[in-house]
Amino acid sequence: MLRIALNMLIGETGKYLGIIAGVMFASLLIIEQLSMFAGILTQTYSGITSVHADIWVMDPKVKSIDDSKPMVDGELGRVRSVEGVAWAVALYKGSTSARLENGDTEGISLYGLDDTTFAGGPAQMVEGNLSDLRISDAVVVDSASAHDRLAHVSADGTRVPLKVGDTLELNDHRVKVVGLCQVGRGFQTQAVVYTTYNRALAIAPTQRKNLSYILAAAQPGQSPEEVAARIGRVTGLGAYSSEQFIRKTLHYFLTETSIVINFGMSVMVAFLIGTLIAGQTFYNFTMDNLRHFGALKAMGAGNRTILGMILLQAGLVGFVGYGIGTGLACLIGLASQDSMLTFTLPWYVLAATGVAVVGISGISAMLSLRKVIRLEPGIVFRG
Amino acid sequence: MQSESSVAVQCHGIKKMFGTGNSEVHALRGIDLEVREGELLMLVGPSGCGKTTLISVIAGVLDASQGECQVFGESMQAMSAAECTRYRGRNIGFVFQQFNLVPSLSLRENVAIPLLINGMGYDAAMPQAEEALARVGLQEERVLDKPTQLSGGQQQRVAIARAIVHSPRLVVCDEPTSALDHVTGQHVLELLRQVAAGDGKALVVVTHDSRIFEYADRIARMDDGRIVNVYDSYQEMVEAERNLQ
Repeated sequence: MLRIALNMLIGETGKYLGIIAGVMFASLLIIEQLSMFAGILTQTYSGITSVHADIWVMDPKVKSIDDSKPMVDGELGRVRSVEGVAWAVALYKGSTSARLENGDTEGISLYGLDDTTFAGGPAQMVEGNLSDLRISDAVVVDSASAHDRLAHVSADGTRVPLKVGDTLELNDHRVKVVGLCQVGRGFQTQAVVYTTYNRALAIAPTQRKNLSYILAAAQPGQSPEEVAARIGRVTGLGAYSSEQFIRKTLHYFLTETSIVINFGMSVMVAFLIGTLIAGQTFYNFTMDNLRHFGALKAMGAGNRTILGMILLQAGLVGFVGYGIGTGLACLIGLASQDSMLTFTLPWYVLAATGVAVVGISGISAMLSLRKVIRLEPGIVFRG
Repeated sequence: MQSESSVAVQCHGIKKMFGTGNSEVHALRGIDLEVREGELLMLVGPSGCGKTTLISVIAGVLDASQGECQVFGESMQAMSAAECTRYRGRNIGFVFQQFNLVPSLSLRENVAIPLLINGMGYDAAMPQAEEALARVGLQEERVLDKPTQLSGGQQQRVAIARAIVHSPRLVVCDEPTSALDHVTGQHVLELLRQVAAGDGKALVVVTHDSRIFEYADRIARMDDGRIVNVYDSYQEMVEAERNLQ
């Protein structure tokens, strides 16, 4: 009877494609919204993932990567002295502005890296070398901003990307671009500029405390979490492994900003609409076949047989619709890789969508099953 | 007098009520009826007299409020729901007024349904379904057609093939000719007689189509939930009703 169930479903091509389209659209909608939400959440901590450090040390009041609260430079020495710390370097993270040739100013996220090791610098250089930061007044600029926000606008209106060798004016300091790098898109849309720690302090407005973060590594054989906990105990500073800092940042954005309320609502609406479309479509299909199921019951098909048939049909449309919807979502993700669309497709988005689609197909199947199971086979003798 | 072993269906004091209190409707008011093996019994009467309700009780798709109905010696009322469903699947064939063919399935798949319900594999069931279709005169090349590609008469033939494919002992038909023209209706009845009423089998046909009464071995006339008369032939019914007038 299972083959009959499949043929009942597939045999009505128009209806079958309609149901698949409904489930596919639902899957696409859910994946699209969840992926954009995941993308935005990923952006909130991209400042951590783009810096390859085992351990982040910060003022204990820091809530997220974008909430740096400067410490006195002396804290660096205290961290270095903690047992289990292999090395520790300073990282400056602040904001300033760049004056463009046309007189406009553009907000800049300025990173000051350890003058010797350049630890915490960009992982991928598009042009030039990070070590060129040793050149006087040198900076490395993120490639996307060089082509967009920091590009020169010529007299005829065309944009000429900022290139290696060009100069920029950062907070009235002339700097020279020695390289272009790739950075993960951040939650804030400012251009990212890297220079050395001491040069960053020279460029940025002077403050009593300037040390934004201390990046550290655990000695071999010790876990970053253990060493971070020890740093915290010994220095009284906030110390976290990268993973812990990501979770802390995410927690801040999820609990103390309106991102969940605003975007989460839109995700929720998409989720509800998607699941309702998928559920309603399949429910209608089963209801359309109610009379046939009644006939099957009259002819001797038991409730378990009918249950198996309907669950198989629900499983098939759920699986195929989810597969096509996921495929389309992946294509959209690939097509939007270089755009402003914050599309991230982690496994848990696929899993959540799969659970939602299969769940709603199952629930709608169950709802229709209630009617089918209660259905008196005698219905087939009524006109 | 028929012997006990030749009785296919035996109904005693069947009552069926729908609703409760002021809205209670008595669809059957104490039916005693016997259907003999090898015969074609027609249940006739005006619309709403309880024909379809009675055939539903006989076929075990509707529970009687009172009374007992035995089909080939088995009491449908004494069986659990699951046993009744299994019994129906093995022993009873159905021909519905609206054919009830699944439009998305091929003719042979529609016909094979009772075999599949009884546990036969798909590949084994298909040749048997094709055989049944051949018995009702549908050519081999049409077995993969869909029901919507057939005329009403042809669809009813498919429905008959489905009713007999698993060789049930009792076939119940609800208004099998109501959607058909006269000639097609006669062909369908001839076919039903030929394939469903024979030794050890019985055929119960509910109809108000007087043009097919002549095919009945016996006719039970119903009115207001009761059997008012059972005639041994159509001629007997005609004469009795003429005398009554």
